[in-house]
Amino acid sequence: MVFTGLKMPNPGLDQRVLSHAQLEKLEVEEAGERPKWDNKAQYMLTCVGFCVGLGNVWRFPYLCQSHGGGAFMIPFLILLVLEGIPLLHLEFAIGQRLRRGSIGVWSSINPYMLGVGIASMCVSLLVSLYYNTIIAWVLWYFFNSFQEPLPWSQCPVNVNRTGLEWECESSSPVDYFWYRNTLNITSAIDEPGGLQWWMVLCLISAWAVLYVCCIRGIETTGKAVYVTSTLPYVVLTIFLIRGLTLKGSISGIKFLFTPDLDELSNPATWLDAGAQVFYSFSLAFGGLISFSSYNSVHNNCEQDAVIISIINAFTSIFAATVIYTIIGFRATQRYDDCLAGNILTLINMFDLPEKSIDDSNYASSLSHLNSTYPAIISNLQLKTCNLNTFLTEGVEGTGLAFIVFTEAITKMPLAPLWSVLFFIMLFCLGLSSMFGNIEGVLVPLQDLKVFPKSWSKEAISGVTCLVCCCIGLIFVQGSGNYWLALFDSFAGSIPLLITGFCEMVGVVYVYGIDRFNEDLKFMIGHKPNIFWQSTWRVISPLIMLVIFLFYFATTISKELFYISWDPESKPYPVWIYIIIFLLAGVPSLAVPGAALFRAIWKRYC
Amino acid sequence: MRCVWMVCVLCLAPAVAAILCKPDVTDGYKVRLSIKTALGDDAYEWSKSELFLFRAVLAFAVQRKTNNVNYDVSNILVCDETERVSFWFVVTTPDNTSELLPKLVVENAIRENRHRINSAFLLTDQTLDFVGINPTLAAPIEYDTPPWLIVFGVVMGVVCAGIVALLVSTFLQKKRAKKPSADPVDDEDGSGSIAGNGILCESIGDKDGTYNQGFTDDDRFTKL
Repeated sequence: MVFTGLKMPNPGLDQRVLSHAQLEKLEVEEAGERPKWDNKAQYMLTCVGFCVGLGNVWRFPYLCQSHGGGAFMIPFLILLVLEGIPLLHLEFAIGQRLRRGSIGVWSSINPYMLGVGIASMCVSLLVSLYYNTIIAWVLWYFFNSFQEPLPWSQCPVNVNRTGLEWECESSSPVDYFWYRNTLNITSAIDEPGGLQWWMVLCLISAWAVLYVCCIRGIETTGKAVYVTSTLPYVVLTIFLIRGLTLKGSISGIKFLFTPDLDELSNPATWLDAGAQVFYSFSLAFGGLISFSSYNSVHNNCEQDAVIISIINAFTSIFAATVIYTIIGFRATQRYDDCLAGNILTLINMFDLPEKSIDDSNYASSLSHLNSTYPAIISNLQLKTCNLNTFLTEGVEGTGLAFIVFTEAITKMPLAPLWSVLFFIMLFCLGLSSMFGNIEGVLVPLQDLKVFPKSWSKEAISGVTCLVCCCIGLIFVQGSGNYWLALFDSFAGSIPLLITGFCEMVGVVYVYGIDRFNEDLKFMIGHKPNIFWQSTWRVISPLIMLVIFLFYFATTISKELFYISWDPESKPYPVWIYIIIFLLAGVPSLAVPGAALFRAIWKRYC
Repeated sequence: MRCVWMVCVLCLAPAVAAILCKPDVTDGYKVRLSIKTALGDDAYEWSKSELFLFRAVLAFAVQRKTNNVNYDVSNILVCDETERVSFWFVVTTPDNTSELLPKLVVENAIRENRHRINSAFLLTDQTLDFVGINPTLAAPIEYDTPPWLIVFGVVMGVVCAGIVALLVSTFLQKKRAKKPSADPVDDEDGSGSIAGNGILCESIGDKDGTYNQGFTDDDRFTKL
């Protein structure tokens, strides 16, 4: 068979991969020691769980709202189709065809591409470390939700019992509970602050739960995902119904979706949309390749890719709606409280009857009083109450989940119930993503033969979880949050973009797009159409390259600051730059590094 | 003569009362009631009777504080009523109506009986505001064991039980898989069941047996 099309020379490929006939035989005789999915539902739920994670709940709504609301859907959906779906299909197809984990796949395609597999493994490892700490935080809040009143609803009394704790009074009960009771945060990254014992317990429980679910690989994970992948949707629906019945929810939704088409001309909108699509699909971690390698050879991976992409997009939009009903409620509550406070001040000052000033005539009454008694009014120091300000307050990341949302919950009747539901949902979202991360660590470790062959699956996953838990203790010391932000910005960003780009190039140009098309024809029965061809060969790699160059340029050019508890923006100390280089550089450089290493080894051995 | 004297006293009495109670008086307090905020649609109208109730409750509070010295409603003087429903009040001593009870005594009396005063008017610490007397903070709820530790214990207990159960079941499975192949190793002369290579034929059909690909016909190598 003659293979046409642009392709790099790749000798020995036929010896490294199973031929179609061998695959067929494997399929028919049900031979092979590779684990298998019990049914298609398990596979779909696992992939959906891996893709749908915390980012759908606390990153996408913020991006949507800050980049022109409803208008953000346009770049998001366009890039989903041009970047997300093709990459997803590619990973599914290559995993299903080569039937190996990420290291196995890339070393099969070409031994010089081993670095791509190693990069995936490193990134999966680094992300697992800090991601499980976030789950530990969620568990802490979950454990604390079983009391009335919720501990973050009121400030604690100070030591003398003369008043409220000073630190809490000057900020707010939710801020205090997050920064002091949970993190016990220090004021700078170079002040370690010691291990916080309550967080250590939560971290141990997070890793223990992960271990019990991953103990035998997909045999146990496949059962766990029936709960962890479906429960979030149930909870989101409950919250939607609850949210819509609260006052002010509609203003939240309106704020979220009001389109501002001018934002489409801002390049940052498109880049953020592209990055969100890429990270949201958990691409280049190696987990998806692993999961799809357990499928039967003739599984329709094209259909799977499209279905999962649609589910992911739908979940993002659905979660954004739910989040913003609650945020709208909170903002309206704050606005009403602010206004009520001002009105009370005014009627107390001027001894006016109650209800003489209310929400509707506040503005007119204020201007009338201001014209008559300007000096007194200025002395009163009335607060400016603006609903939009409250709607835009701190609504992404951990700030959304642990500060804004928890505050909103305290204002709802039956607060502990909503708190328990919310944190169970976050826990399930995080845990199902962790399954994919851990898969992306365990399978390469087995492929690299790091562990002795006699060790059972249980022992390997046990040791891995134990080691990760111990390293994860960095994140539960006083300065842990700063470390986590560091890992999040550098370990989980640039290396993934590089790996994703190399994956596309590797499959299309090193493995050969023609061979890949033939494989797909063998697996699903028809050759991929022009859409797939154009996106795989040109469009998606180009988009990845653009996003990568942009991120690289902005990261290198700007001086690195972080926001500490004081709160002020502090520059990172010098030794942090070494850590940053290790986090972002080592996985990225593993790609050319492994190739170089192999070339030298071959030449001189 | 007596009539003139009586008339003079009667005229002076309210005047004296008026001087004792005035806004910003040292031994008095300003009170603000936010009835509509507290009760909404069930709010009652502020009237003379309500004011009378206030004076009576306050007399009760002061009487309780001062160890049952007999205070009367007339000892509570009220002035400067506004539409806000706010007014100033002072407390006179029962023995000498021109002498005021010190501020501190009044404050303590109110603090100790705050709950009773609030209840009489169906209001709270925030809606029945004695300007200058801050409500005392409720004592924080003390738990013997923090509730979160209990939940943590339950979750960890379940998880550990799960881990142990899974490890034990794996161990048992392995033991069962090893058992049949242990016997025929000694049976060298083939007595009883057919044995080749020391492996019973029956054991190959075992569910847990693995299919060794090394022994299948390798098309790859014979294609030439």
